[in-house]
Amino acid sequence: MMKKQLVIIGGGPAGLAAAVAAYDAGVRDMVVIEREERAGGILKQCIHNGFGLTRFHESMTGPEYAQRFLNEANARGIEIMTNTFVTDLTGDKKVTCMNERGVFTIEACAVILAMGCRERSKGALNIAGTRPAGLYSAGTAQKYVNIYGHLPGKRVVILGSGDIGLIMARRMTLEGAKVECVCEIMEHSSGLRRNIAQCLDDFGIPLYLEHTIVEIKGKERVESVVIAQVDKAKKPIAGTEREIACDTVLFSVGLIPENELTKRAGLSLDPRTKGCVVDGNRETDIQGIFACGNVLHVHDLVDFVSEEAEVAGRAAAEYLIRGEGERAYLPTVSGENVTYVLPQRAEQGKDVKLYFRVRSAFRGAMIRVETGSAVKTYRRIAVAPGEMENVTVKAADLANAHDIKISVVREA
Amino acid sequence: MRARYDVAVIGGGVIGALAARELRKYELSAVVLEAADDVAAGASKANSGIVHAGFDALPGTLKAKYNVLGNAMMETVCRELGVTFRRNGSLVVAHGAEEEAQLQTLLARGRENGVNGPEILTREQVLEKEPHAADGVTAALYAPTGGIVCPYGLTIAAMGNAMDNGAQLLCGFEVCGAQKEEAGWMLFSSDGRQVTARVVVNCAGAGAEYVADLLGGASFRIGLRRGEYMLLDKTAGRHVSHTVFTVPTKAGKGVLVTPTADGNLLVGPTSVEDEVYSTAVRRPAYDEIGEKALSMVADIPLGQVITSFAGERAYSDRHDFVLEWGAEGVYHAAGIESPGLTSSPAIAAKIAKEVSDALGARKNEKFNPVRRSAHWFRELPPEEKNAVIARDPAYGKIVCRCEEVTLGEILEAMRSNPPARTLDGVKLRTRAGMGRCQSGFCQPSVFNELMKEFGMKAEEVTKNGGKSYLIMGGEL
Repeated sequence: MMKKQLVIIGGGPAGLAAAVAAYDAGVRDMVVIEREERAGGILKQCIHNGFGLTRFHESMTGPEYAQRFLNEANARGIEIMTNTFVTDLTGDKKVTCMNERGVFTIEACAVILAMGCRERSKGALNIAGTRPAGLYSAGTAQKYVNIYGHLPGKRVVILGSGDIGLIMARRMTLEGAKVECVCEIMEHSSGLRRNIAQCLDDFGIPLYLEHTIVEIKGKERVESVVIAQVDKAKKPIAGTEREIACDTVLFSVGLIPENELTKRAGLSLDPRTKGCVVDGNRETDIQGIFACGNVLHVHDLVDFVSEEAEVAGRAAAEYLIRGEGERAYLPTVSGENVTYVLPQRAEQGKDVKLYFRVRSAFRGAMIRVETGSAVKTYRRIAVAPGEMENVTVKAADLANAHDIKISVVREA
Repeated sequence: MRARYDVAVIGGGVIGALAARELRKYELSAVVLEAADDVAAGASKANSGIVHAGFDALPGTLKAKYNVLGNAMMETVCRELGVTFRRNGSLVVAHGAEEEAQLQTLLARGRENGVNGPEILTREQVLEKEPHAADGVTAALYAPTGGIVCPYGLTIAAMGNAMDNGAQLLCGFEVCGAQKEEAGWMLFSSDGRQVTARVVVNCAGAGAEYVADLLGGASFRIGLRRGEYMLLDKTAGRHVSHTVFTVPTKAGKGVLVTPTADGNLLVGPTSVEDEVYSTAVRRPAYDEIGEKALSMVADIPLGQVITSFAGERAYSDRHDFVLEWGAEGVYHAAGIESPGLTSSPAIAAKIAKEVSDALGARKNEKFNPVRRSAHWFRELPPEEKNAVIARDPAYGKIVCRCEEVTLGEILEAMRSNPPARTLDGVKLRTRAGMGRCQSGFCQPSVFNELMKEFGMKAEEVTKNGGKSYLIMGGEL
């Protein structure tokens, strides 16, 4: 059985940044396991720009952003095992892999989970009608267009105004398709505000909020969809149905962290993030197993994925040097208008950067951080569920606290 | 193209495929004519996959006879063909006295049909077998000989074995005309092909009446009853371990809750009379299925649905199977509704006996009944997997991550009988695309393999034949 100090599962932006950070913190005996032919993860097919604004103060395309980290990894001689799938992970860090050389197991001292996420499929939505050709998740359509150069269709309806749906609305239009509309079941889009402007408004593509697709029609290929308005309970309102002729439907209806291996290792998932529970170092309930990136919670900006991965990489390195230890934690709590806070627990005596998402969007917001009887507030011009927020809590503020509660309220 | 055969089987569903296999056990040349672009295109891929115990069919009917015979044959047939068959047992649950009385009727019927082992269970006994039985369940009929099988897996394997033994398969052959000849029939396809056979077997499912009319007249009518289903993630696959039924009504056996042979949870079907063939799922179907299912089994994690689908069941106006000679040289196997899948091995044997007797055919001593399981690779222990991968590295490359399907298996699906030439063809044979991401990850890879294997252009690859093209507009 192969032995490695550190195994990183996933060679996307999270895995690569974690590897570089672990190396720079002293780890040498490591391997990054990547299932595709080339590392870079989903960024390989995200050829639009807007990546790296926060981190590099440049507007890069996905492949450019990934290449930065790949260059850093290659410069350090970090081993990246491509075309290799991880088929099993145990709680005692045995990583079973499969590639064209065979099935083998690596005994790791530390593991970083960086498997990213998958798209929620149309089948999970219970949409009535037939199942013809022409139905794609937005990411799959993106792969056909950007990697293989194939146009999935010419007349498109998109369900879901998350970033992938918005980006594909523009992408398909640029390649000559007609995007009839984007339907969004919520009262607001979950995508970045700049994407609404740059992908829909700039191209005259209508966005129908509080709408969904209730039926798909077509025998061999999609012929039309029936859309309808929904009520507050997200149920279609009778009489608002409208049929739209099209040959393609793209579904951008949510991302789900890819935690099959995580579950195999015996780790339980936080139902709010769909990823595992971690502390400020991104260490899970099993000491020596860390998680970062979209597998932990779905990010909007890859810049924060890299930052999070570096925390995990450094922490894994420290774990390998220091070994297991006892720590005192306080839980983080989601208060008013907050759907989740990550990490779910903070270490006593250490600063912690908390990431969170708000439940509803509004302008003029106050973020309240309560630690014991102390309250600190921070202003934000606007908050939205689709834009992850963060605040840093100092160690000193934790001294007399039992937990850290984050709420977001309207400015008085 | 014109060719002469001893037997032409019209319909490449589970009946036609098993019939072709049985026919090849005799020295008879056989061809299967399938209108769609792949086998199992109709009800055979869109049903409950249940091997019924046999207490439901009315005694004295062909349904009852062939149900019991077929159930007894299924284990052997599946073993020979490498298809998973699990005898997980059936439970028909009752809510209150009226339904409990109906259980007694089923029990008596079962005995008369020659079914082994059914017994009535109290609520406590039901809960021991199924801890999730719903609150309203007061008793159940337990039939230990009920089972589950993959219906399209069985169809594909039977056809493959028939072809390995010399049967021909012509897809895209939609019979639109027939002419009586001196010694048999000439059959015309809508694309211009012709085939001549001494005997024609009509197992055309929803099209059986139409085909019978072409072949000298139909003594039966075919009606259509659509069944809609919801399929849940494998994480829900152990919610029940038996196949749980409600008490049957005139419209059919009703909604059931069952594990599938591959480990998913299947809920459905509904029962909708159709004038026109349709495989659409109606908008109210989801609530109908959920409500009915939850009255039998509590806490079904319906939120773990990964897909829904519908199939058309062809039934005859006799409300029984039609298994008989029609015009000279024509044998009908029509109206094969539930328990059709269960009965299929026995019906196939009956067809072969009738046809071989009529043609005075000898046994085919070279017939090999065994076909390797389509999922042989994933069942191997690691050392044996490595031996295979060392010889053929394609088996080391995972393409479908949800179901862990390797490139080697996908290539096999495109190269073994009956070859997959479409996205769905690869899916039905390998399960690539049947997992929780529903081909979101693997579709472009399978698409590329189809292009490569068959030298197709991007705009030629289809989801399931015909005009179900996946890409519009080639090179960007």
